[in-house]
Amino acid sequence: MKWKELTTMNKYILTLLISAIGVSAFAQANISPAKPQDKKTIVMGGKLHVGNGKVIETSYLIFDKGKIIGVGDATVARINMSDATIIQANGKHIYPGFIAPVTNLGLVEISSVKATLDYNEIGDFNPHIRALVAYNTDSKVPATIRSNGVLMAQITPQGGTISGSSSVVQLDAWNWEDATIKKDDAMHLNWPVTPRFRNTGNKPLVSPEALKERTQNLLNGLDQFFTEAKAYAETDKPAVINTRFAAMKHLFDGTQRLFISAAGEKDIIAGVKFAKKYNITPVIVGGDDAYLITGFLKENHIAVIVNEPHALPNSDDDDVNMPYKNAGILANAGVDVIMGMQGYWQLRNLPFMAGTIAAWGLDKEKALQTITINAAKVLGIDKTTGTLEIGKDATFFISAGDALDMKTNKVEQAFIQGRDINLDNLHKQLDKKFSDKYNMGGK
Amino acid sequence: MKKILLSLALVFSATSLFAQQTYPVNGSYDIRQGTYAFTNANIVVSANQTIPNGTLLIKGQTIQSVGTGTSIPKGYVVIDLKGKFIYPSLIDAFTSYGLPEATRAFNGGRQSIFTSTKKGAYGWNEAIRPETQANTLFTADSKKADDLRKAGFGSVNAINRDGISRGTSVAVTLSDEKENSTILNPQSAANYSFSKGTSQNDYPTSLMGAIALLRQTYYDAQWYGKQKGEYNISLEEFNKQQSIPQLFEVEGWQNILRASKIGKEFGKQYIIKSNGDEYQRIDAVKAIGASLIIPINFIKAYDVEDTIENRSITLAQMKAWELAPTNPAALEKAGIKFSLTTQGLENPKDLWTNIHTALENGLTQKQALLSLTEIPAGMIGIADKVGTLEKGKLANFIITSDSLFKKENIIEENWVQGKRFIIFKKDDAAAKDTTNKTITNTPEPPKKEAIGALIFPFTSFGNATPLKQESVLLKNATVWTNEKEGILQNADVLLENGKIKAVGKNLNAGNAKVIDATGKHVTPGIVDEHSHIAGVGGINEGAQSVSSEVRIADIINSEDVNIYRQLAGGVTTSQILHGSANPIGGQSQLIKLRWGKLPEELKFAGADGFIKFALGENVKQSNFGTGARFPVTRMGVEQTFVDEFTRAKEYKAELAKKGNTVRRDLELDAIVEILDNKRFITCHSYVQSEINMLMNVADSLGFKINTFTHILEGYKVADKMKARGINASTFSDWWAYKMEVAEAIPYNGKIMHNVGITTAFNSDDAEMARRLNQEAGKAVLYGGVSEEDAFKFVTLNPAKMLHIDEKIGSLKVGKDADVVVWSDNPLSIYAKAEKTFVDGVAYWDIDRDSQIRKAQQTERARLIQKMKDSKDKGGKTQRPKAEQKRLYHCETLEDYALELNEMEGTHNHE
Repeated sequence: MKWKELTTMNKYILTLLISAIGVSAFAQANISPAKPQDKKTIVMGGKLHVGNGKVIETSYLIFDKGKIIGVGDATVARINMSDATIIQANGKHIYPGFIAPVTNLGLVEISSVKATLDYNEIGDFNPHIRALVAYNTDSKVPATIRSNGVLMAQITPQGGTISGSSSVVQLDAWNWEDATIKKDDAMHLNWPVTPRFRNTGNKPLVSPEALKERTQNLLNGLDQFFTEAKAYAETDKPAVINTRFAAMKHLFDGTQRLFISAAGEKDIIAGVKFAKKYNITPVIVGGDDAYLITGFLKENHIAVIVNEPHALPNSDDDDVNMPYKNAGILANAGVDVIMGMQGYWQLRNLPFMAGTIAAWGLDKEKALQTITINAAKVLGIDKTTGTLEIGKDATFFISAGDALDMKTNKVEQAFIQGRDINLDNLHKQLDKKFSDKYNMGGK
Repeated sequence: MKKILLSLALVFSATSLFAQQTYPVNGSYDIRQGTYAFTNANIVVSANQTIPNGTLLIKGQTIQSVGTGTSIPKGYVVIDLKGKFIYPSLIDAFTSYGLPEATRAFNGGRQSIFTSTKKGAYGWNEAIRPETQANTLFTADSKKADDLRKAGFGSVNAINRDGISRGTSVAVTLSDEKENSTILNPQSAANYSFSKGTSQNDYPTSLMGAIALLRQTYYDAQWYGKQKGEYNISLEEFNKQQSIPQLFEVEGWQNILRASKIGKEFGKQYIIKSNGDEYQRIDAVKAIGASLIIPINFIKAYDVEDTIENRSITLAQMKAWELAPTNPAALEKAGIKFSLTTQGLENPKDLWTNIHTALENGLTQKQALLSLTEIPAGMIGIADKVGTLEKGKLANFIITSDSLFKKENIIEENWVQGKRFIIFKKDDAAAKDTTNKTITNTPEPPKKEAIGALIFPFTSFGNATPLKQESVLLKNATVWTNEKEGILQNADVLLENGKIKAVGKNLNAGNAKVIDATGKHVTPGIVDEHSHIAGVGGINEGAQSVSSEVRIADIINSEDVNIYRQLAGGVTTSQILHGSANPIGGQSQLIKLRWGKLPEELKFAGADGFIKFALGENVKQSNFGTGARFPVTRMGVEQTFVDEFTRAKEYKAELAKKGNTVRRDLELDAIVEILDNKRFITCHSYVQSEINMLMNVADSLGFKINTFTHILEGYKVADKMKARGINASTFSDWWAYKMEVAEAIPYNGKIMHNVGITTAFNSDDAEMARRLNQEAGKAVLYGGVSEEDAFKFVTLNPAKMLHIDEKIGSLKVGKDADVVVWSDNPLSIYAKAEKTFVDGVAYWDIDRDSQIRKAQQTERARLIQKMKDSKDKGGKTQRPKAEQKRLYHCETLEDYALELNEMEGTHNHE
């Protein structure tokens, strides 16, 4: 980090020095969550990306007690700098903390080691399964993610038809209770699909008709389950407690969202219509074919969490750059798009996914919204996060350059709810350790 | 009437004259004369000679005379064939007729059976089964014989289609007599394939392994003939059958080239049975000079009613449907000798529908007849007996109502070895009709429907006309030279004759096309040190801990769309590596991404040979496999290397002493090349202990490690690598997906680079390879490597470690014109490759790409309409099937043979 650029109060410099020295002495286990904000802080002069599409070229950002209390154009405003910590951010970029939706971050440490896997429960209908309780704040992964600006994530279970509930967390916490931003924000449904017919042999083992029937049975089962769960939710005192049905209650009262994973055109439409039957407006996850039905999606106010653009085209015939363009096509057609990404350690590349779609046809600030406000909206946390506006959480970071580009992403300081978080991580520590070995000085 | 008597005779099926003489008879002998005269017939003696109004005399199973004005001797049954035709009966050189079906017991995947389970003095690998002799297994099959006879066949070659070396086939007639009299050639051909068939052995798991095994078998057989210590039935038989025709079954034109290459190495000219896609590269197929056996089971149209499902059909699938019927004509036009086979048809009678289709698409009747008679007869060594109607040959012929190739023709009788089989029983009225037939309804002349152009490669984004090398001046760009000049602003690059002609400011264009590159960045093409694209049939030969005998060179696939996709990401050169399933893997192949060229033409000429080694979880099979193959620990990995190099040294010494009496060992040959500094090691590696181990093994056994690839803990032993001059090719930021990457860090590249190691970033992944420039950008993000040095991670540095930096890797006069024009700084997420030149050919051009896509949409729409029309006219259809694409990574394991078996549906799986 370019410390010299931070002309701040002495105390502030001291704190920074201490934490910098700490890096060499501490191992990963000692990267402590930051203490609550104890003093008003003003970030001056940075190029501020509000997150709602607006950019303030030379901004000020004031926050206290974890909340934003002032934001605006520093060239026209008079700001009282007394009694505040000042961070000079001239020439730098300020972004709302990025949000990673639908991830198993913290539910897996090493994906090939079974003992570290906690995201895929057995069973078809698991609405009672909750990801939050398995979220491991001591995982070594989140610290590497937030180093690139991703400060919040929706921890999500997988598997079965109904996988269970996700929760939204911030990535600097002692335990999952601390971490929680929104508990059980969404229920996750994998839309049953018939596997595509693949050219593996002359005689497929299961006939296409049998596969279709299997899917239909699953769909019937799903409908039955929802119908009964709804009835259960309307029962004051059920004779027999059913934890699965009980877990569906908030889906029907509108306080919990429904996320449906579906890829094909028909499946997306079927999923949306299914949810509508229960007065639910779902969010589509994946949505490979969504670009073919933008009219339908807009009409029904359906947001789509797209797959990462760093992917191969689905078919040989597809435009080789289709995965890069897909999100832009959807967004430009007026659909709310949220950038999703498979995996957990990979999430440190989430900013670059937004960068990719900006390179391939979407306005840069709109691309930014796919990992900020658009995500906040579908996660139900847009009242407190997603943009840098007065009254919201002071969850943001300062990057020396454009954070959506790996060439310039350089997160120098990050705040979660006003807390100045430690940006150290296992990788920086190992870098330091071995750079020291070769007398090179780690970064 | 005589005719009636004749039918009765057939019913009682008396012994004919030529019956086997050794068999006892129960009762009185009933030997018939079998003398017939066929008169007033149009006798098609051969494709080149027709005798109108001729007479054919046969006696017993033999033709006595063919001609006109023949006087019919007494005692002959006269059959008047006025208005009818006699043709030699058809011959199929490639069937499984009368042989047991090869079935492979499915046992739930990998099993670890290292050597043959066959009892007796046979070879070590069950896929090499030359001891199989179809003549000892053959039993006539009356049902199948009947089907074939109805289609007009009189004799066939029966092949036991099981294994890589399959033993001998037998040529037989389709008579229903005892086998003793129907076998025409007991050893018609020695047979081969790339499929291991029912073999229980793990090895080979891949196509390249199958090729290596066959190659080694040739050497083993040569050695065997000169030694006395070992008796080996398989090798003994293999040697015995080298003098008969050699018949190789493959799938697809690329495999034709592969088989032919092996043939050239060992002085064999194979007859090759393939799958009918030769039209796609007819020149290349012609050039190998082999005769072919071609199926005529044209692809059924896809049912395209469902617009969603039809999206899963590729352009290549649709074009193949349209163009496959042109294949026989294309072969004929090219002058390739070929025969046609019923193999692959649901029923032999479908032959005729498809023959008519082929004729409509330009095949001549004469060629069709040749390909169904004389040519196959010659291939399987029975031309002296069948194939034409000449005196002394067998009385194998068909009687037809009309010219054989007319649509309304009816095959009425099929005579096999002088024995009559009535195919078409007509009532009197019909008979009258036929005899007096004048063709009233002239068949519609086949409409010349438009047929789409061939494209190269035969897949999406192929080009109808080959792309040309251009002289180009890239004007006024930011030029990343990778030379001491560094990054030049407002500079030009001149490409001429596939080379970089000049780099500098205000260059004179001369005759070159000027491209304004103002605001653009021009760089050398990206070099991917670790790639698994453009391969087929598996990139791991993982059945044994050492597989240095296998060669990626054998399995390069020029038709992989990933070549085009990666050109779109600025990649121009890729090292295609063997996977990491075993400590010593296979030999690598360096390719240039010359989209549309043949597999051999993709190869980087004059480059050093490399080989893949591997360490860690994959080689010890932590996450797959049975755990029965040595080694399963890092301790065992060390000893695998120690043992192999020790044996290689002994082998080398023995070769020096005893010369070519030593058994040639392809596995050890490759290791000796390493010891001799003629082959170079790229070693897949993760944790520091194993990296250190291999460096120590190399020191103690006297070999060098050229490159550690992946090398994710290289940062922990960078000083040791540097001391030995070892290069590093790593990932930018992958970690956490398995135990051995628990401490993989994105600063790895930076640390190794700073220590002074030549460092590269590689992909090992078809997706990531499309944006290696961005991965290089991460060297700036993680560790602040200078932009110029970071970009060298994916250009000059990999070129150096591949020993090709004299030719590529920088923009220097005289180097290859492998150049990329970017819209922005290439390390940036916002950069798009707009043009990618390889040898001065713009294989990728972002503007041309959008035109191609539009044209493809039009072509797809045309083909979909054509398929609908075909369905409306009653043509057969099939459900759309997405092609199963395989993307390889280091860890991809597969069983090529299993895949082939699945394709052919010879067993049920799972």
